[in-house]
Amino acid sequence: MAAVTLLSARGLTRHFGGLRAVDGVDFDLESGRIHALIGPNGAGKTTFVSLLCGRIPVQSGSITFAGQDITRLPAHERVARGIAYTFQITSIYANLSVFDNVALPVQRRGSRTLAADTMAALDRVGLAGLAGQTAGTLAYGHQRLLEIAMGLALSPRLLILDEPTQGLALSEIDGFKALVRSVIPETTVLLIEHNMDVVMDLAETITVLNFGQTLASGSPAAIRANPAVQAAYLGGGHA
Amino acid sequence: MTRFLDRSLILHLAVIAALFAAQYLLPSYHHTNIARIMVLAVFAMGYNIAFGYTGLLSLGHALFFAAGLYATGLGVEQWGLPTGIALIGGLAAGGAVAVATGLLALRTGGVSFMIVTLMFAQAGYLTILYFGAVTRGDEGFVISTAARSLGGLVLSDSTTRYFMALALFAVAMLAKLALVRSPTGRVLVALRENEERSRMLGFDPFRYKLLALGISGLYAGAAGAAYAVLFGYVGATFASIQYSILPLLYVLLGGAGTVLGPFLGALVMFYLIDISSGYTTAHLAVVGLALLILVLFAPKGILGALRERGLKWLP
Repeated sequence: MAAVTLLSARGLTRHFGGLRAVDGVDFDLESGRIHALIGPNGAGKTTFVSLLCGRIPVQSGSITFAGQDITRLPAHERVARGIAYTFQITSIYANLSVFDNVALPVQRRGSRTLAADTMAALDRVGLAGLAGQTAGTLAYGHQRLLEIAMGLALSPRLLILDEPTQGLALSEIDGFKALVRSVIPETTVLLIEHNMDVVMDLAETITVLNFGQTLASGSPAAIRANPAVQAAYLGGGHA
Repeated sequence: MTRFLDRSLILHLAVIAALFAAQYLLPSYHHTNIARIMVLAVFAMGYNIAFGYTGLLSLGHALFFAAGLYATGLGVEQWGLPTGIALIGGLAAGGAVAVATGLLALRTGGVSFMIVTLMFAQAGYLTILYFGAVTRGDEGFVISTAARSLGGLVLSDSTTRYFMALALFAVAMLAKLALVRSPTGRVLVALRENEERSRMLGFDPFRYKLLALGISGLYAGAAGAAYAVLFGYVGATFASIQYSILPLLYVLLGGAGTVLGPFLGALVMFYLIDISSGYTTAHLAVVGLALLILVLFAPKGILGALRERGLKWLP
């Protein structure tokens, strides 16, 4: 299958004062794949995807999505074009029902049968039985699932998952992996993840960020064998 | 789920029916009070759309009420407009002033939004005083009985007045019920609960807040317009800070983010002042005490507290 580039970034930069959170990153995302973004804490991963989805404005550089320049588009218009972001820190509507949480993205996508489509979206992550419950009272793992369900309910072309397995039990992680695989190839997945088992198992391509710059990019095997990556993860400079 | 929705619709229709019946049961003093409360409740319902549902804490709603009041009052009294046209003009003026205010004030949020809306309202109040030659300033002006008629209905007649107030109240309440149950209403609540999340679900916060403020302004304008022709008096007091605070208190007392809360709040507050002022000149102290009790024991207002204690279906 010929690779089609869904998103590409060139020279993407964002500094916070003297901190070079993202510093001239070039990045290409192929359509219909699972691409993982890894790196030590503070490497700029969340800032980088925030630039892609528009939560944080770009300082310099450009972003192209599906052939169009989206560098200056506000976040909500990027969502309309098919970029969905799920938050690292669970950001659901705690006081609203589980149903309402997912009905919002379903109605944003446009639906004539809101109730049925919402229940279908909940069913996909196994939360249909909890539709009437207040979202804030769900167990943590279920809140994480709800967060992902909200992203998926937008039927995005690109789903950005920011540390989705953080705090999940081992048994829940298997379910999560199956869920992510099930959205391919209609949805391309960009995954920030610290759990290396999940990364190695799911990702077809891995990009490593360090100090706001791309350290390496390639297949899981190539990344695992890369000495610079090993150095960064083992405490850089001394190796 | 449909069953729940029907239950709330029945409740709201029952309130309208009860108010209809009250016209025949109440002595004339209370009868006028209730008419006034219904008009003020429309104002507070509009305030609730912005504050209770969307989370926009405005301190400038007197401006929108006054826009409706003066557009209609000056329309019939000075510009010789037909009453019907002047009423529509008042409604439109409330909405237009709210949108214009929102275009600037919504660039801010939180405390800044409170201050900016307060400043807009104060500027409006001072403008009314400045053009005293036209507006008659603080003293205000009375609308002639001749101008207070609509298609053969004599609005100064207390029965007609009551039914006109009830009609406005009923339309406003059912429209609000429809709004808060609609997908748009869901987005407004979502903005109140978590703006950043809503933005990342693809909703433009500015657009929806402006919409909420505009609708809120239409309600305030309609209430102001109705007030002018039903009660026949237009004065600068209605543009003062007091009339920005009143709808906030009504909403807090009745329950922010509930459809019936503003009416209940206006009703309780009105009679609290009315009854306590019969016993003491320090009636505002009684009101203050009531608000303290409210904040301590039912911070979500009367209906908000009921909703938390089992009436989850209350819209």
